[in-house]
Amino acid sequence: MLDTAAYDRLPAAPGVGYKPQHFAQITEDAGSVRWLEIHAENYMGDGGRPLAQLRHLSERFAMSVHGVGLSIGGEAPLDKDHLARLKHLVGWLNPASFSEHLAWSTHDSHFYNDLLPLPYTNTSLQRICTHIDELQNAIGRRMLLENPSSYLAFAESTWSEPDFLAEISRRTGCGLLLDVNNVFVSATNLDFSPQGYIDAFALEKVGEIHLGGHDEDEDDHGHPLLIDSHGRAVVDPVWALLDYTLSKSGPKPVLIEWDNDVPDWQVLEAEAARAATALERLPA
Amino acid sequence: MSVSQTDFTRAMMDAGQPVPDGLIDQLAQPAGRRFSVYRNNVAVSLTEAMHSAFPVIAKLLGKQNMDGLAGIYLRQHPPSSPLMMFYGEHFPAFLAGMEQLKHLGYLGDVARLELALRRAYHAADAAPIAPDALAALSPDQLMNTRVTLAPAVQALCSAWPVHAIWRYNTEDGAPKPAPQAQDVLITRPEFDPIPQVLPPGGAYWIRALMGGATIGEALEQAAAEDETFDLGATLTLLLQGGAITGLDSKG
Repeated sequence: MLDTAAYDRLPAAPGVGYKPQHFAQITEDAGSVRWLEIHAENYMGDGGRPLAQLRHLSERFAMSVHGVGLSIGGEAPLDKDHLARLKHLVGWLNPASFSEHLAWSTHDSHFYNDLLPLPYTNTSLQRICTHIDELQNAIGRRMLLENPSSYLAFAESTWSEPDFLAEISRRTGCGLLLDVNNVFVSATNLDFSPQGYIDAFALEKVGEIHLGGHDEDEDDHGHPLLIDSHGRAVVDPVWALLDYTLSKSGPKPVLIEWDNDVPDWQVLEAEAARAATALERLPA
Repeated sequence: MSVSQTDFTRAMMDAGQPVPDGLIDQLAQPAGRRFSVYRNNVAVSLTEAMHSAFPVIAKLLGKQNMDGLAGIYLRQHPPSSPLMMFYGEHFPAFLAGMEQLKHLGYLGDVARLELALRRAYHAADAAPIAPDALAALSPDQLMNTRVTLAPAVQALCSAWPVHAIWRYNTEDGAPKPAPQAQDVLITRPEFDPIPQVLPPGGAYWIRALMGGATIGEALEQAAAEDETFDLGATLTLLLQGGAITGLDSKG
């Protein structure tokens, strides 16, 4: 049996996406940062500095492993070699959390290094649940599944995204990772209310919240098109949406993602400190 | 209208293909340039991966040329696994095969060196033998000894001054490359791979060792390649780089 609470072990405090250039500062004084998240695929080499740093950090911080390459939403079966690599990493590191995306990235043996969208239908629901069952059995623990950023929709979809995620959680027992910036990006791009999305979301299943920066563009018709770039600071409306979410969900682990144009540690830590303030404002 | 992942990827990797029907915007109109976000994300992320994997090649070619070549390469050879740290394994052969780059014959070997350095960076850790372990052997025992090399160790042969080109483009004040063939040894004493020029024949000797030959057998093979082969100098490079992790002396 899988431990039902196993997706809920991160502290309800700020974390950041770990970048090797911050190693010295993090180990000296991590400030408001209580936990770290790594991208699983960057730690699948055989040895060297990446794994040495990870061993060192895991003795001092709660760790979250965030997969970006399993292609859970893929039409093809999961890659057995990659499942084995995830099992190995989660096995030796024993992180507080493992998460992946409602997306696909591999097709016909080619990996596209991006999170690609899928239709929300009964067919895709069944396939994703099968893949999550397979993953959870392989790693021996529950995972968190993250909501994507959407730039377009599928005409064939018959489920809303919050309902689709809630149903996956109900069928597989997985928890959910709520990316509040992704909600804001998708809501802007597809003209829905971000608060309405949060209202419809299974917040009791949320084991982690993500925040990140996005870029602004527009589509063919001059409609705003936000792009989830993780390359800048979190904008004020997304902070406000975090406050709205936390007021309904209660305290949760909150992660700052900043993967491109990575700033100095002080800048990233200041974002984490702002998340700490948002958490402290909640009624006890 | 159902959009398969085959339809999606075909249109994503070829901007000449129409956006698949069934992808829509917030008004249920065709998605149009919204689909370009995915085209762009994939191309940009793989191009950036090529820049960080092959910084010297990128410097030699200039950003614009590197972007262009990466754009062709990523469509011919999309990653075959999510381990982006190993992406680009076909790039040396790709460069060597480009007609327009024939006048820069060394590019393929420089790319091989960069690929080897990256593999060494991620190779398994291994503790070197004690520095005096070899000194304890008699000359006969030494010749009959097989050695285990650290997983990070690699030996590359090149008809070009590949090490000098690499150094000139990574180190301030490094001398201008002189026209000469250079074989290169990569060791990783701790976490940072170090490329060094091997004496003539050295690469053959190391490759023979990797193939299971004794030090003496490998010496014969290396001397047959190059009669000036210097066993002592090559062995010293290995020892200094922490490259020898085990000894097995016959009888």
